[in-house]
Amino acid sequence: MWFDRIVIVLLAAAAGMAILVTVGIVLSLIFETIQFFGKVPLSNFLFGLEWSPQTAIRADQVGSGGSFGILPLINGTLLISAIAMIVATPLGLTSAVYLSEYSSKSARAWIKPGLEILAGIPTVVYGFFAALTLAPFIRMTGNQMGLEVASESALAAGIVMGIMIVPLISSLSDDVINSVPQSLRDASLGMGATQSETIRRVVLPAALPGISGSLLLAASRAIGETMIVLMAAGMAAKLTLNPLDAVTTITVQIVALLTGDQEFDSAKTLSAFALGLFLFGITLCINVVALHIVRKYQEQYD
Amino acid sequence: MIDLTKKAGFGLAGRHRAEKRFKWVGRSAIAISLMFLALMVGSITLTASGTLRQTQIAVQVDLGAENVDPTDPASASYGRLVKSGLRDMFPDVTSRREKKALYNLVSPEGSFEAAKLVAKDPDLLGSTQTLWLTASDDLDLYLRGKIDITLPQNQRQISDKEVVWINALQANNQLRRVANWNFLTGGDSREPEIAGILSALVGSLYSLAVCFALSFPIGIGAAIYLEEFAPANRLSDLIEVNINNLAAVPSIVFGLLGLSIFLGYMGLPRSSPLVGGMVLALMTLPTIIIAARAALRSVPPSFKEAALALGASPVQAVFHHVFPVAMPGMLTGAIIGMAQALGETAPLLMIGMVAFIVDIPDSILEPATALPVQIFLWADSPERAFTEKTAAAIIVLLIFLISMNLIAILLRRKLETRF
Amino acid sequence: MTDPIITARGVDIFYDTKQAIHNIDLDILPNKVTAFIGPSGCGKSTFLRAINRMNDLIPSCRISGDMKIAGQDIYAPAVDVVALRAQVGMVFQKPNPFPKSIFENVAYGLKIHKITTSKTEMQDRVEWSLRSAGLWDEVADRLDDPGNSLSGGQQQRLCIARAIAIKPKVILMDEPCSALDPIATAVVEELIDNLRKDYTIVIVTHSMQQAARVSQRTAFFHLGSLVEYGETKSIFTNPTDERTQNYITGRIG
Repeated sequence: MWFDRIVIVLLAAAAGMAILVTVGIVLSLIFETIQFFGKVPLSNFLFGLEWSPQTAIRADQVGSGGSFGILPLINGTLLISAIAMIVATPLGLTSAVYLSEYSSKSARAWIKPGLEILAGIPTVVYGFFAALTLAPFIRMTGNQMGLEVASESALAAGIVMGIMIVPLISSLSDDVINSVPQSLRDASLGMGATQSETIRRVVLPAALPGISGSLLLAASRAIGETMIVLMAAGMAAKLTLNPLDAVTTITVQIVALLTGDQEFDSAKTLSAFALGLFLFGITLCINVVALHIVRKYQEQYD
Repeated sequence: MIDLTKKAGFGLAGRHRAEKRFKWVGRSAIAISLMFLALMVGSITLTASGTLRQTQIAVQVDLGAENVDPTDPASASYGRLVKSGLRDMFPDVTSRREKKALYNLVSPEGSFEAAKLVAKDPDLLGSTQTLWLTASDDLDLYLRGKIDITLPQNQRQISDKEVVWINALQANNQLRRVANWNFLTGGDSREPEIAGILSALVGSLYSLAVCFALSFPIGIGAAIYLEEFAPANRLSDLIEVNINNLAAVPSIVFGLLGLSIFLGYMGLPRSSPLVGGMVLALMTLPTIIIAARAALRSVPPSFKEAALALGASPVQAVFHHVFPVAMPGMLTGAIIGMAQALGETAPLLMIGMVAFIVDIPDSILEPATALPVQIFLWADSPERAFTEKTAAAIIVLLIFLISMNLIAILLRRKLETRF
Repeated sequence: MTDPIITARGVDIFYDTKQAIHNIDLDILPNKVTAFIGPSGCGKSTFLRAINRMNDLIPSCRISGDMKIAGQDIYAPAVDVVALRAQVGMVFQKPNPFPKSIFENVAYGLKIHKITTSKTEMQDRVEWSLRSAGLWDEVADRLDDPGNSLSGGQQQRLCIARAIAIKPKVILMDEPCSALDPIATAVVEELIDNLRKDYTIVIVTHSMQQAARVSQRTAFFHLGSLVEYGETKSIFTNPTDERTQNYITGRIG
């Protein structure tokens, strides 16, 4: 039937859109990135210790070239993501364990949606809270303890981002923990282990691969997050591990480079696409690995 | 012999203590997350509450024929009239600087408001009338006790002189607080007391409409293909892996795609809800496909098999018997995808939907902004009154998101059929 | 006759409102293998799991009546379920080794119950358990391999070794051979016979031949009631109840 064939071709085209989007992402990033590397050498980008893309309006001005070293941005991105993971991993994992192993059905019916609300709140709201409430609070507390705290600190952005990814970790880990076969719990409980011993010594080790997959997905989310860092982390590109400092991230710089006035084809504008490609590449690798681990894990107990 | 009590050994006491500790840790982790949620929403709601009402000043404006031409009231200079009305109320104000401060008690938009009031009610013309005009944001903050008067004068937005004026106005009942409908019905403004969210809200709705129109049919089509017709080969696997990965691509990357392809290559209008919606559609596509596939999978194969056995073609069997049953689940997924899209900010920044939009956009091709972007812009503004506006805009956004999710939940409950 | 180690009097077990076990009186003698037989769904596994309170894990399950081990009511508030299960071990239908090494599987109970902290003592106890379970010769040179790298029969013997490492008084076995092939079954049955001198064993089985081979005493369950209980020999050669007769001759079940 020719009608059926047309319908199926249309449906297949819709499915093909998914591939087209990926191709579109890669193409849109790659052309500008190639142009960028025509102006700035790859090694400067990857190993440069300084990021200051402010190319001057006139070519004869001092420092008109700008410097495009990505390392300070990676430093900032990883610092904030690390803080976020330090906050989110214990909270998310213990929440998941409690929800799947201890809480009653009725408590679970309330707590789970409660955590999901956290996941549904737009990141711009977290950013507002981080910039307006948490950052001043951290600065005040720090100053009272005699510490020097930047008004836009990595800590504030990191903590808030951590809370944001708690539901991601807890719901993925919850699924993973639930798929550990009951027979393993029975074996442990049946020989007199307490519930927490069973969880710590049997369930969690058995779920470890799946849990590490979910942590990777959460980390990738933190690395790619834009609004919280844009509103709460500042613009200062520096190499620092001090969480009380202001830092900037890859995503913040992409926004900063591409909003407001821009000259087309300048190294400054093009560098945003190089950053975008870098970000896409990193998160894609993490996602592929994480999804692979999770799938392998699920097959193991199917 | 066998001892079954707690004294049986096995380190029981310590182990039971550890058990209690472990449970307690789990409970407190959940409590911390939920308390953070309560703290965040609570503090934002509290901040937002200042936006509910706004302050107005009663100004005596002389609308006599010598000031306003009755045949063409719109041509009059209402700004001048409002200013002279203010001067009349405080005749002892003479210096230029003081006059300027006095004029600033009324919002800079006050003259437009006066013009509007006159246009609405021409009977006002011909004599001196009391017009209630929106007060400045600083006056409003002072009235609500948000300005610390004990600070030295140069560290606060309101001087001692202004405090005297305001107290005088209050004593004469020339100040009132009214419901701030303007916040919901107005567009953006440089003046926080005038700024409203309608233009951003309309921008968001246009973008969502475009997003839904694109992502729903494509997403459903893709899901039906993958679930019902796709041959089990490597291409199908590739599409599958691809969709899962797309769901985890940072949103800002989609913004770069929009900037480079939709704006740069295709030349679509910058800052328009059309492009915003297209970018959001690409982002929500994976969500919709994944939800739609789950919905299709939950339809028992017997439905399709029964239709096939009666001689229906595979396409007929799917569209007549599987599709309608899976529809509620697919719609639920689409609504949740739309809710995600509504809260998305970063990609819209990339395609220029950060414009300052006063007027309500009329079409999807005009420059517009979106509600979360408006929140971002206001959060960046230095005026303190904008902080309250930001919080209020967040509350509006959250109300929309909650409603959408509630609809999704209700839809699922109402139409869910169990097999 | 020796005193029974486990005595049940008037035990009823419910799932929500559905009664699974009706008023059972039963004495289990020490150092004997007692087999529970009966058609599937007759409640034999439910009753077995009540002996070390594994049914506690099912929220809808309630029990009433008296269940005593060595004269102590195991459902009394003073009883610590951890202590109970440490002394009444359990082997399950499907081999369920932990995703750990063979050594760690057997050492698990020793570690959680803090039976020993000395490394050599631990090694000795693991070797002893594996020897008792007849597995030592097969795994002595690969104790660090994961437990689930073993064959099904070996896995089940590993689970038995894991259970006896903490020297329980009673071992409950819930159809331990149903997932095994005939050769592995024969090995496990022989093991059960060997363990009898040190432990009291209660085994649920759906195979009447197995009950006849390994047990000294047999209880026949039907529709949640205990129909007949006595010496295995007499149950199989001379059943008093017609239902038992019908079951062992294959007319019901």
